[in-house]
Amino acid sequence: MISRRVALAAAALSVALAGAAHGQAPSGKVTVVTSFSKEVTDPFKAAFEKAFPGTTLEVQNRNTNAGVKFIEETKSNNGVDLFWASAPDAFEVLKAKGLLEAYKPKADGIPDKIGHFPINDPQGFYSGFAASGYGIMWNDRYVKANKLPEPKEWEDLATAPYFDHVSMAAPSRSGTTHLTIEAILQSAGWEKGWGIVKAFSGNLRGVTERSFGVPDAVNSGQVGYGIVIDFFGFSAQGAGFPVKFVYPSLSTIVPANIGVVKNAPNAAGAKAFVDFILSEPGQAILFDPKIRRLPVRTASYAKAPAGLPNPFEFKWLADPKSKFDVEKSEKRFAAVDALYDQLVTFQHEALKAATKAIHDADAAIARKPSPEASRLVAEARALVARMPVSEAEAASPEMAAAFTGGKEKGPRQAELEQKWAAYAKENYAAALAKAQAAQQAAK
Amino acid sequence: MSGSAFPVQGAGRGIASPGLALLALLIGLFLAAFLVIPVVTVIFVAFQPKGSTGFTLINFVDFFSTDLFRRSFWNSAYVSLMSVVIASLLALPLAYYTTRFEFRGAALVQTLGVIPLIMPPFAGAVAMQLLFGRNGTVNLLLDDWFGFKVPFMEGLNGVIFVEAVHYFPFILVNLSTSLRNIDRAMEEAAQNLGCSGFRLFRRIVFPLAMPGYVAGASLVFIKVFDDLATPLLLNVKDMLAPQAYLRITSVGLADPMGYVISVVLIVASLLAMWLSTLALRGKDYATVQRGGGGTVKRPLRGIDRVLAYGAITVVLVLVLAPHVGLFLLSIATIWSFAPLPDGYTAAHYARVLSESGQYITNTLIYAGLAGLIDVVIGSAIAYLVLRTGMPAGRWLDYVATAALAVPGVVLGIGFLRTYFGVTLPSGQSLAAFWGMIVLALAIRRLPYALRACMAAMQQISVSLEEAAQNLGATRSRTVRRIVMPLMLSGVAAGFVTSFATAAVELSATMMLVQTQSDAPLAYGLYVFMQSPAGRGAGAALGVIAVVIVGLSTYVSNRLVERDMAARSEAKE
Repeated sequence: MISRRVALAAAALSVALAGAAHGQAPSGKVTVVTSFSKEVTDPFKAAFEKAFPGTTLEVQNRNTNAGVKFIEETKSNNGVDLFWASAPDAFEVLKAKGLLEAYKPKADGIPDKIGHFPINDPQGFYSGFAASGYGIMWNDRYVKANKLPEPKEWEDLATAPYFDHVSMAAPSRSGTTHLTIEAILQSAGWEKGWGIVKAFSGNLRGVTERSFGVPDAVNSGQVGYGIVIDFFGFSAQGAGFPVKFVYPSLSTIVPANIGVVKNAPNAAGAKAFVDFILSEPGQAILFDPKIRRLPVRTASYAKAPAGLPNPFEFKWLADPKSKFDVEKSEKRFAAVDALYDQLVTFQHEALKAATKAIHDADAAIARKPSPEASRLVAEARALVARMPVSEAEAASPEMAAAFTGGKEKGPRQAELEQKWAAYAKENYAAALAKAQAAQQAAK
Repeated sequence: MSGSAFPVQGAGRGIASPGLALLALLIGLFLAAFLVIPVVTVIFVAFQPKGSTGFTLINFVDFFSTDLFRRSFWNSAYVSLMSVVIASLLALPLAYYTTRFEFRGAALVQTLGVIPLIMPPFAGAVAMQLLFGRNGTVNLLLDDWFGFKVPFMEGLNGVIFVEAVHYFPFILVNLSTSLRNIDRAMEEAAQNLGCSGFRLFRRIVFPLAMPGYVAGASLVFIKVFDDLATPLLLNVKDMLAPQAYLRITSVGLADPMGYVISVVLIVASLLAMWLSTLALRGKDYATVQRGGGGTVKRPLRGIDRVLAYGAITVVLVLVLAPHVGLFLLSIATIWSFAPLPDGYTAAHYARVLSESGQYITNTLIYAGLAGLIDVVIGSAIAYLVLRTGMPAGRWLDYVATAALAVPGVVLGIGFLRTYFGVTLPSGQSLAAFWGMIVLALAIRRLPYALRACMAAMQQISVSLEEAAQNLGATRSRTVRRIVMPLMLSGVAAGFVTSFATAAVELSATMMLVQTQSDAPLAYGLYVFMQSPAGRGAGAALGVIAVVIVGLSTYVSNRLVERDMAARSEAKE
């Protein structure tokens, strides 16, 4: 406690001196729009206001999308100093619209990259302050009561015991889930990646529309497993819920970010806050049991609480397979969201029916092997995995134009969506028929 | 009933005085400024080709040629109709027994009946799942004892169940008010002629209470048609309102389909409203004497008494279960995959009370002001429609009702677009002024108050006003001394529904809240419910919201009862 107070005072002094050198000590109200909960923002607010007497941190909680829209709609008379959220793509949107101001924080001990992912925006419009990985959390009581296994990999979630026990947010609704899907597509390749994604999606109990809906359902025991960002698992453990969390080996670690908004009314205060959360005392706050995020400052891990991993030591992060191509991701961003929604979210009943039939056929074959049945099941699996568009098509300018309303002449978004939905419906029905035939053949 | 040959539309048609024209103009301006213009600035995108300007209907063609949207449309219509049916079954016994019989605790039952309307966002949803979800209390116990589970919260039927429980108070409140306002002499006459029991209810009481029932039922229909929170909570996405919400908030502001769906929602709501006025057209529901003056309430005897109390207890237990769950959640330490929480604590309340006093005050101010604005405008529009025959009155009615179908997030963005550039003398943006939250709430809840005021006025016989005017009273004096006192209970019902639902509104508020110190309770609740450790605290805040709104409702119900009692005594 004492050491922390001293550290705080030292940090305050050094930043205050730096501020004095610039001739602008931070003061007054610093307004931040954030998607983070009170548990995250309150400790930062208290520590920041203590380190810089005379400042107040005004926190506006909005979900990421609403926050982006708010800043966009109010730019004519901007009253927001900072945008603070997880999903890097939200910052990309703000940056593309010229709503952020470049700022290079005065921070040391933060590497340029975590794994293959750059921690800060190369042009300096936003900075990563915490690392987040994606994985699987589960409710221990639920899993024990239903005698279910503990998962290790994404593919595990696609197997029969997990049917109807898993939950995930739609990638179009949650920037973090989008990154999870994109990471799987990049590491396994387009066709194989979608195969994995659709196979475990067929086991989903439901596709939720809110990222927090997933940990909420796992915490309360409505579903067994959830595909979530790591701190949802860690903070639920911190709050005392009977949950566990694992990183699969095909994952990626990306930074959660903070950026100064263009024409910030209190730019000096905003920059002071960015410097503060990247400083040693600021990064230490991330270890609070109700926050449990992974600092980007490597030295901070010396004081990490037991059970919290150090992502800089993950071996799989160095694996070239976990390389994340930001440009590729951006080009097909809208297409991946729309594909998932049309092929999975809005066709979920059909996908689930086909998946169930495939599991049943597998069980029948296990009891009484039959080459004919095995062939039919393999065909059913292939039908479920089939994609209406190739990787190149998904990233094409015509496709982008359909979603953004660009100049290139191509099909409209609504036409594409109807086509994809019909394609999925047909293939899932065919897969269901094949799987049922396989069950017959193995009887 | 003075005979159905006396069409109510014809009654009281007079020449619109300049004063009334000015009133209509002022209301028109208010609706234009805070509803039509903000909404149009957002939804005009529906009529544009994506990414460019110009006018097109191609987006509507796309809407009707997409399977998903067609399926969503029929699902929404089916769920709304079934919800009206189930909600009517829940509301009828409560309304009938408490207004027609000597019933102990009638005010309490009426109040408890309104509480389901005050389902705080997120917290209510979590509590529902913990009780009725697949692994909720009920199903865990059923599985334990009998080895099966009931899918209360699955699919379209789950949506119907939750919606009916949530919105049946619209029917209860409006129907009870109507029942109270019927001249008891009608029932007495029927009884003297040998009619009783269910026949009395079916032939005399219910037909006379139609305006209230139709007002409530049409609200339930439209509200369910436009509700997005419940289907999304139950993971049902192929309904129209969730589709609109998902499109607008995930595909983006420039995408036309979300707005096309919004336009479809608005048109469908207006259609439902129009059909409900058709149902009442050509009939006169006015009775000369108000309910308080007739016979005393009938006593309940023997088996009837047991049945009545039994039916009401069953309904109340069912509809209040979510709030019981909410309360348990608010005092729970950890509640996970178990019929009941692991332990109990008061810590959540301590935390909420120390951090959130401001939220509570703000909510009372905002929802109170919004409710007042709503009943004032609602009664004015009702008067213009039913007493002056001004065509403008009908239009004001339609426009105000359309607010029901406007997604909150569309209204919120519209407010920002229209008013953010306007600065107050203090340099603050007009959209950042807390008064705008009040106006947004007032617009969103206006249809509730409007329907209640309309029903109340439909039941007042115009002959009372004509008598007053024949005796030399001016129009404004007639309104003040005759119409207003007679409408009081209807207006109170309107205020209660507007106030109670405004107190837990989130979607428009979310866009408009600019500082913590201006934030209402629903926003505070949202902030708490975003983290595992905040779940209990959020539930505690939800319970506080329910208690506050419930108390206000109880007080206004008592006031109405006292007022009715006082008037009956005065007449005797």
